[in-house]
Amino acid sequence: MNKNIILCGVGGQGTVLASKLISAAAMSKALPVMSAETIGMAQRGGSVFSHVRIGKGLYSPMIAKGEADIIIGFEPGEAVRMLPFLREGGTVITSSHKISPVTATLSGSSYSGGEMTAYLQEHVKKLFIIDTQKACEEIGSSKVLNILLLGAAIKSGALGLAEEDIKTAIISRLPERFHELNFKALAYARRHAETP
Amino acid sequence: MHKEFLMGNEAIALGAVAAGVNLVSGYPGTPSTEVLETVAKHRPDQTYVEWSVNEKAAMEVAAGAAYAGARSLVTMKQVGLNVAADPLMSLAYIGVKGGMVVLVADDPGPVSSQTEQDTRHFSFFSKLPCFDPSSAQEAYEMVQEAFACSEKYKTPVFLRPTTRVCHSYASVTVKDPDEYTVHRPDGFAKDSARWVIFPRLSYQNHLKIEERNVRLAEDFSSYERNKIIRPAKASGGSGSPKYLPDDISGGPCGVPAESLHAPRRGIAAGGISFTYVMEALKTAGSVPLLKIATPHPFPERLALEFLEGLDEVLCIEELDPVIERELTYLCGKYHLPAKICGKLSHHVKNAGENTRDSVSEDIHSFLAQEERRAVPAAAAASDNPPNLPVRPPVLCAGCPHRASFYAVKTAMKGKKTIFCGDIGCYTLGNAMPLDMVDTCLCMGAGLGIAQGVGHIEPDTHCFAFVGDSTFFASAITGVVNAVYNQSDMTLIILDNSTTAMTGHQPHPGTGQTMMGEMTSKINIEAVLQGIGLTAVETVDPLDLKKAVSCVKRTAEKPGVKAVVFRSPCIAVTQPAPVMHVLSEKCISCRKCIRELGCPALILNGDKVCIDSSLCTGCTLCSQLCPTGAIANGKEAKSRE
Repeated sequence: MNKNIILCGVGGQGTVLASKLISAAAMSKALPVMSAETIGMAQRGGSVFSHVRIGKGLYSPMIAKGEADIIIGFEPGEAVRMLPFLREGGTVITSSHKISPVTATLSGSSYSGGEMTAYLQEHVKKLFIIDTQKACEEIGSSKVLNILLLGAAIKSGALGLAEEDIKTAIISRLPERFHELNFKALAYARRHAETP
Repeated sequence: MHKEFLMGNEAIALGAVAAGVNLVSGYPGTPSTEVLETVAKHRPDQTYVEWSVNEKAAMEVAAGAAYAGARSLVTMKQVGLNVAADPLMSLAYIGVKGGMVVLVADDPGPVSSQTEQDTRHFSFFSKLPCFDPSSAQEAYEMVQEAFACSEKYKTPVFLRPTTRVCHSYASVTVKDPDEYTVHRPDGFAKDSARWVIFPRLSYQNHLKIEERNVRLAEDFSSYERNKIIRPAKASGGSGSPKYLPDDISGGPCGVPAESLHAPRRGIAAGGISFTYVMEALKTAGSVPLLKIATPHPFPERLALEFLEGLDEVLCIEELDPVIERELTYLCGKYHLPAKICGKLSHHVKNAGENTRDSVSEDIHSFLAQEERRAVPAAAAASDNPPNLPVRPPVLCAGCPHRASFYAVKTAMKGKKTIFCGDIGCYTLGNAMPLDMVDTCLCMGAGLGIAQGVGHIEPDTHCFAFVGDSTFFASAITGVVNAVYNQSDMTLIILDNSTTAMTGHQPHPGTGQTMMGEMTSKINIEAVLQGIGLTAVETVDPLDLKKAVSCVKRTAEKPGVKAVVFRSPCIAVTQPAPVMHVLSEKCISCRKCIRELGCPALILNGDKVCIDSSLCTGCTLCSQLCPTGAIANGKEAKSRE
């Protein structure tokens, strides 16, 4: 299996943990894995990404434009920003919940996030949207955002990993008290991630 | 041997542990920080690890350990090496006994740095050998080889990864603990003819260093990580045999007009760019590739072997054109016909980070292949996406620095001021709406800049802002200078009890060491008083009224005075109950948004709201709200 996966969002949303879980799941299947992520100043509310590459014959941890099999957007505008990396026929998973940057709040800009999901619907055939705001409220924790998106990615079939693989990774990497909550998020995403 | 999923920096750390490193010192700085932290986490019993007060101290501590026969590692980012340059340049003449690796992480882009300086030049300048890894696996093995090289030649050696090597992850094959080297230092042996630098000794050692570097260059030509990768099929170049038009080349020597064969082309690369080239050659076709793992001393014999029979060589590297200059030099020295292309010839952009795509484009156009991979349908250039939100990094919601900046801004409103900033999270105080950083140069520079401006503009209130870790690292001499030279300035110390930007490392003011021991805290106010400041006040910036009057009072005093704003970083404290906007009281004046720029203050249509997932309950917004419309959760509930 060869997969190029991009996770993107805003600093502080938990993209790094999600990429670690994907990597751990692939490692446990004895697949070679490489990844790269944003560390440093951009983590303070800037645009952040993780590249995860699974499979043989790879040299670089970075993904080139038009090479990603799947983009997992933690924020709809960030998913659009990464779109040049998507290969033809690739899959996009995105949260529909926007995060307004301080610059937009200050200038009174009208950024709603809806224009981003509309653009994705127009340009991406294999698109899965999940209302993470509603999901986090129903599950009762804002910390499960990354697991919800992983769940949606599993449901899309494009990730090449099964729910059990990610569950095993959660068990091996997260403290036990968080296991049930995250399993709940996976199940929620399986039921609620939608193709528009 | 077993496999572990490791960050490049973790791989370097485990490589050093496997090499039996006895002492690791350093100063935090992206992208180098995780190396020292990982050694501390995996620390075998006999290894000593410290965050030093700055890079100069770290370099000297590591040198001392190596004098005593230990294997030592010192870690820093590229600008940190400027601070450590003084001991390093002299140490290059004196040398070491135990192996000493100087890890300096460069930051093409730059992603989180002030400069795009290239440590390979520093290695040339200091005449020290340099190892340049291209991946986490190579970095793991290279650090062990670097220790061996250091001991063989009795010299410190550089290991110079770049951001994408430091911060990428890979499944790395690592040694099991029972395979680790155990290195036992044999102690310092007195020998003043060896360890005391004097002009005569420097002269003698300079001769030896030049001679040694010739041997090293020869050694490196046989070093397995420097190599020529030849295409499976013997053919020079691929694709259509077109010449590069001379007018775009800008190079000194073109392909002779009478040469009728298709130009034989090759590529030279090092570091992470080598991996980008390997990826690009999957589609661009096969040409001979020279991989440079030791940019200094340059593996001359190997490079000559590569250049033989080539007409054109494209150099793919980040930061400065080091490989390109070396190859150009060799072509001149040996009268070779090859045209060397790269940054100097404007075939490759000469600033910023390389990417998979930029390298692919550079190689395709070098090989005169017009057709490139089609851009995927999902992102055709004509499909104008909606305006993407701009996301400059900002101070976190609840960050006490926001309150400190706001207090100074409020206190000094209407006065002629300059706010000299410094390096750390608080550089982000430059963003609108705070707009409280007028200058930022390098660690500790704000103090000197404020003094210089003050000498030229005596009617300006000169402020220098410095964080707690930066204060200890490089601001104390600036304070001494200000007091000694009778400056008139206000020093603002932003003490959040940690080194926040690089990931919360302890420092001399925190009372903890990297060995996990408690030690006495060095008191900032006592240091300032010891230097001779008479006006030193400490205040909680989250108490807005008190903070503003404290700044007003202090700034009016003559001479050098200081305000210490003390409030811990929100990432190391428990958040307080979140704030709520009381809709019946809010008049939508948006003062909170306009003046604070806190990411937790958002607009929902016309209404100001507080994002409860971001708010830490710092209460700053409630203190400046003119109608008392912001209250914390408890108060809001009891009023409802």
